Amino acid sequence: MADAHTDHSGASHGSVGSYLTGFVISVLLTVAAFGVVMAHSFSPSGTIAAIAILAAVQIVVHLVFFLHMNTSSEQRWNVMAFVFTVLTVFVLIVGTLFIMHDTSINMMSR
Amino acid sequence: MLGKLSWSDIPIDVPILVGTFAGAAIAGLAVLGLITYYGKWGYLWKEWLTSVDHKRLGVMYIVLALVALFRGFADAIMMRSQLALAYAGNPGYLPPHHYDQIFSAHGTIMIFFMAMAFMTGLMNVIVPLQIGARDVAFPFLNSLSFWMTTISFVLINISLFIGEFSQCGWLAYPPLSEQQFSPGVGVDYYIWAVQLSGVGTLLTGVNFFTTIVKMRAPGMTFMKMPVFTWTIFCTSVLIMLSFPILTVALGLLGLDRYLGMHFFTNDGGGNQMLYLSVIWGWGHPEVYILVLPAFGAFSEITQTFSRKPLFGYNTMVYATCSIMVLSMLVWLHHFFTMGAGANVNAFFGIMTMIIAIPTGVKIFNWLFTMYKGRVEFHATMYWVIGFMITFTIGGMTGVMLAIPAADFVLHNSLFVIAHFHNVIIGGVYFGYVAAMNFWFPKAFGFKLNEAWGKRAFWLWFVGFYFAFMPLYVLGFEGMTRRMNHYDNPEWYPWLLVAEAGAVMIALGIVCQLTQLYVSIRDRNLAENRDLTGDPWNARTLEWSTSSPPPFYNFAVVPVVHDLDAFAHDKEAGIDTRAAGSNYQPIHMPKNTAAGFFVGMFSLILGFAAVWWIWWLAAVGLIGVIATVIARSSNNDVDYYVPASEVARIENEHTRNLLAAQAAE
Amino acid sequence: MAHDITADAAHAHEEHHESPVVFGFWLYLMTDCIIFGTLFAVFAVMRNQFAGGPTGKDIFDLNGVGIETALLLLSSITYGFGMISAHQNKLGALRGWLGVTFILGLGFLFMELREFSHMVAEGNGPDRSAFLSAFFTLVGTHGLHVTCGLLWMAVLIVQTGGKTVLSERMTNKLTCLSLFWHFLDIVWICVFTFVYLMSVI
Repeated sequence: MADAHTDHSGASHGSVGSYLTGFVISVLLTVAAFGVVMAHSFSPSGTIAAIAILAAVQIVVHLVFFLHMNTSSEQRWNVMAFVFTVLTVFVLIVGTLFIMHDTSINMMSR
Repeated sequence: MLGKLSWSDIPIDVPILVGTFAGAAIAGLAVLGLITYYGKWGYLWKEWLTSVDHKRLGVMYIVLALVALFRGFADAIMMRSQLALAYAGNPGYLPPHHYDQIFSAHGTIMIFFMAMAFMTGLMNVIVPLQIGARDVAFPFLNSLSFWMTTISFVLINISLFIGEFSQCGWLAYPPLSEQQFSPGVGVDYYIWAVQLSGVGTLLTGVNFFTTIVKMRAPGMTFMKMPVFTWTIFCTSVLIMLSFPILTVALGLLGLDRYLGMHFFTNDGGGNQMLYLSVIWGWGHPEVYILVLPAFGAFSEITQTFSRKPLFGYNTMVYATCSIMVLSMLVWLHHFFTMGAGANVNAFFGIMTMIIAIPTGVKIFNWLFTMYKGRVEFHATMYWVIGFMITFTIGGMTGVMLAIPAADFVLHNSLFVIAHFHNVIIGGVYFGYVAAMNFWFPKAFGFKLNEAWGKRAFWLWFVGFYFAFMPLYVLGFEGMTRRMNHYDNPEWYPWLLVAEAGAVMIALGIVCQLTQLYVSIRDRNLAENRDLTGDPWNARTLEWSTSSPPPFYNFAVVPVVHDLDAFAHDKEAGIDTRAAGSNYQPIHMPKNTAAGFFVGMFSLILGFAAVWWIWWLAAVGLIGVIATVIARSSNNDVDYYVPASEVARIENEHTRNLLAAQAAE
Repeated sequence: MAHDITADAAHAHEEHHESPVVFGFWLYLMTDCIIFGTLFAVFAVMRNQFAGGPTGKDIFDLNGVGIETALLLLSSITYGFGMISAHQNKLGALRGWLGVTFILGLGFLFMELREFSHMVAEGNGPDRSAFLSAFFTLVGTHGLHVTCGLLWMAVLIVQTGGKTVLSERMTNKLTCLSLFWHFLDIVWICVFTFVYLMSVI
């Protein structure tokens, strides 16, 4: 029965190969992030930018290789929900920082 | 053993509370006695309390909302009476300690347990029927949501008689709500009640979004979906995006209070302003969560009673969606005066004004729907027209407040109170009452009495203007909100007028109760019975099934050909019900008590956590987890309704239909 | 067992073939994403509010964080292997992989609790400063999710016991937990990047 349902949820299953690929890329990205910070090779702002980019790439790797996200039609609603959520989180974080930063400057509270 | 709880926490020295308790206890015992006398406990338990049927849950939500309305309104009229008395040295009859609890409870109850419960009830009753589904996507979660909401309301009402409620306003701003300044249990009651009900609301959002995305009848594309369903779709999105923010805001406040953390405290690097930003990140979308379904209901009612299709369906959908997106971008307008700079205030001020545009589009759509329509002045339509006038005024004062410079004058004054009651009563409440009048025959099979409905409308409508227009004036005269007593002689007459308005609204509520009583008494009169399932000659799918609908909603899942599917089928002469066809067995979920038990254990958890009775809190938590695991291990969760049973129910409805047609 | 198969066979006759469970759970995860997003926003505002207390540089041990990261990442693919076994109906292998995942998750939790208790013992608990409040809350919320995931995993190991075929309902549950578990790993990427690494720069 379960075999017949290859795709009832809109999620594909991945293979050992795809999991291993994702794993190896993730390990490399993680080691790179820790390495950049521990080696002090960039300026502080450069380091922040570097690890932020590494994190963003690794999130995408996880989404593709572990969560099997793709652009197929069964996944359309999942992807749409995800994109909308990311957008909201972005608005929340940027908005909060914008407001709180501006307030602390104006109120000289920091 | 009992944490902070002791005998001195029972307020036997406050006569108002003792009287309320006695009244509530007598009424409660009377209800329990009647149920026992008529031997209805088994029926109540099997058919209602453990039900996973969306229609029954919807009805129970609305009953909860009406109870919350009485509680919330009792608070309101007490506040108005206090301010009509407490002038020039007279302290009034409510000391500040009590008065502050009342205004906090009023706001909390009206938003979370009146408005939210009413809205959830309406969407439960209507949405699955309107999209041609047999139930929601997750019937068990639906029952769980209901119980989480109900027990939270119970928890708030326990605070009346054991301990106290929050005195920090409906959003419990820190640092006042921190342990240092509110050492009592009031804020903890508030936090736990709102958090637990938030769980229910969040699950409702997930449930209805999934239902609308995955369970629409074949042929119903998104642009053939009724407007009410569209608004519930957008409301569900907003629930999912904003309620987690509320959870975090109150969670952090709770951590400050329980574990001595420093998120919003004065010391330790805390920042109260962060609380404002976070909680309004939920709070602003919340008002659209409430009002969008009302907009949907107005759309359905206006087109039905104007006897023509809705003007500008597409613009209505786009307006709803743009409100949904914009509502996430305006939260700062609730605290323009907090001290952010001109850039921030200007950005959020402009976003707020922009959101008025799609709302204005909607008003014009309804007006143009009525224009050249054959408008039938049914009681339901009264509420719609009353809404259009009242809401427009409220919207305009809202745009005034969106101007940061004006807000600096009006912030925290009664002008703000007048504004949001103007939109919440005029928009949300009128909309929900209109929806209740409109869909009542669908849920129960008989119509609500019109004469009493119109009386209720006029009292509410006129009472509203008497109660709240003076508050605009008072706001301009500098009267701040949440004031317990005052000595400004210019305010006094306006507050007396407002008190008169509150009394009129009280009479309006009495009329609504009378309407319910008279309608139930006369339910078997021929002119009140709804045998056809379509008493208003309406346009959408929910009217194609019988009233009340069979528990499986549709014997044959309808196929949708056009927007306003039922109107299309009626004109084309298609039998939407496919009566007399070869019925198939129908797959249905079984009723379950799991939701009820999770709710009860959560109540224990909440109550114990409020009073720091940790062993009891552990009992509650373990009970919740154990119930969920037991439910997950139970494989006996569904069954099939035999085809013969479906045929029996459907044939009965067909007979009713023919009888009704013969009578015409 | 027998009941499961009959129920499944009956399911096949239904109009709605596609179970909405996984989609609904995905939506729940999106709401969880907002919870974490808000907590990150709070942490970002609080990250310099030390109130005279220690900074991240003083107290964070990157080696420990590295081990935690490794455990969680490894547990992600072991769960993935478990799902592959589930789809091949190799229930013994499924339970084995779930067991391995469980132990890795427990290891993660142990490391995290050890870190927390060290910090509290040194007087750097969540009540020390706003920065530490935000840190404990954000990382603790993730840890709480891991705990729930482990509890859920244990329940599923028990529920799949003694079966030879997975019902559709059970497959859905495994898929949901799979999404949950991978999602927690994604949150952890943000935690080690923006909380730990960024604080020690």
